[in-house]
Amino acid sequence: MSAALQVDDLSVVYDHFHALKDVSIAVEGGESFGLVGESGSGKSTLLRAVAGLAPISGGAINIDGEVLKGSKRSKSFYRRVQMVFQDPYGSLHPRQTIDRLLLEPLAIHGIDDSDKRIARALDEVGLGNGFRFRYPHQLSGGQRQRVAIARALIVEPSILLLDEPTSALDASVQAEVLNLLEQIRRDRKLTFVMVSHDLGVVTHMCERLAVMRNGAVVERLSSQELAGGAVHEDYTRNLMIASKGFVKA
Amino acid sequence: MTTLLTVDKLKVSYPTRTGVIEAVRGVSFTLGKERLGIVGESGSGKSQTGRAIMGLTPKHGVVTAERLNFSGIDLINAPAGERRRLRGKRIAMILQDPKYSLDPVMSIGRQICETLRTHEKVGKAEAHERALAMLEAVQIRDPQRVFDLHPHEVSGGMGQRAMIAMMLIAGPELLIADEPTSALDVTVQLDVLRIMDRLVSERGMGLIFVSHDLRLVSSFCDRVIVMYAGKIVEELAAADLKHAQHPYTQGLLNCMPEIGSNRHPLPVLDRRPEWAA
Repeated sequence: MSAALQVDDLSVVYDHFHALKDVSIAVEGGESFGLVGESGSGKSTLLRAVAGLAPISGGAINIDGEVLKGSKRSKSFYRRVQMVFQDPYGSLHPRQTIDRLLLEPLAIHGIDDSDKRIARALDEVGLGNGFRFRYPHQLSGGQRQRVAIARALIVEPSILLLDEPTSALDASVQAEVLNLLEQIRRDRKLTFVMVSHDLGVVTHMCERLAVMRNGAVVERLSSQELAGGAVHEDYTRNLMIASKGFVKA
Repeated sequence: MTTLLTVDKLKVSYPTRTGVIEAVRGVSFTLGKERLGIVGESGSGKSQTGRAIMGLTPKHGVVTAERLNFSGIDLINAPAGERRRLRGKRIAMILQDPKYSLDPVMSIGRQICETLRTHEKVGKAEAHERALAMLEAVQIRDPQRVFDLHPHEVSGGMGQRAMIAMMLIAGPELLIADEPTSALDVTVQLDVLRIMDRLVSERGMGLIFVSHDLRLVSSFCDRVIVMYAGKIVEELAAADLKHAQHPYTQGLLNCMPEIGSNRHPLPVLDRRPEWAA
């Protein structure tokens, strides 16, 4: 089976700091793949490198069999791959209405019928037309993240890169956004690559996951293996204990 | 148990051009030397409650209460100077994100000394020594080095420990922790909570722990207050969480994805208007 996204021995170096050290992952089409680790483990850097937002110093990235060179990405790449960022407060233009925000990707890619598409995109993420001419500061965190998801989906990509899409949200709003993402993946047969530090979220959303530490993958396993405790690395085990919450001494 | 803090019908409102926004609408509770959790979503008024007790409501906000009493002091009518003397000395507050709440242009050690020397008559050398001891108490391995670092030079977990050190150095009787671990990694969260747990027990403080994470709060506190739309909808002992009556509390408990549970889609809150009544 051909991988929708294949990363081989990818390295990212900032000055003298190796943010990624020979990382390889393969994500099948239609699969949901999780990346877990602490801050600084390189999980976000991996996503950013795929999206062309990090300086790649070695290795190869393959999307649907097509090799991507360096850190430059073509327009057609962004038709296929879109990203949703962590902070819904920082990733939407504060002076643009939701309508203008959603029009931008359509204008860039020369997609017509923008009026209908924007209405449909908002509808799909559970925001009515009433939100269309509001500004980001008039929306709650969960609503903003819905707009960010709508913005990513409006160019009809096949792969969605999700960088901690719910970690800035309340637990109750997180559940709503996670349900929305699952719904969309089912409806559109999307491929997800999802980064999170929360093992609960990743095992809920993804079939397989890779645990990262210090810029390298330390363990690859399926969500079922993780839930069943079939964990080989101590580091993964520590993450599991941490996700269970605080236990009074 | 002696009562440290009495809050009776606390209200916080913000007059705006389009009408009055009532952030807190009549919250009442008492606190002894115990751990109280305040849980709710964003906008439920949980942080506003903490800030009103601390006296950090912005100037345009209006705070009223039948009683707001901290160990015999009427906080509502206390003059600004007295509130200022309390703040940091007897009531302290840990904020969510050390990146934004520490002074970026002052070394960590100096900030800790500043708290101490504002409230106690101590010399520079003694303040220095006590700051180092406090940094050690929050399990910073190399206190001497961290003392001279600026906030941007340390990690989130280290910054949060520094903030705890800063808040506890004057020996407060009441500690308000507003989402103290929400900005941290899961593994670091546990370390910070363990440190807080130990220090709060050792020093016998009253603690108000404000968070949106009901599970976390209930594992850390003795008693939990659940807030919705500026009001308390349920109050219960942390051990009784499983028997929560209010659908909002049950909803908050159920909405977290867990390892090994297979619930697709996740249950979401069905917010009913009568909860806010």
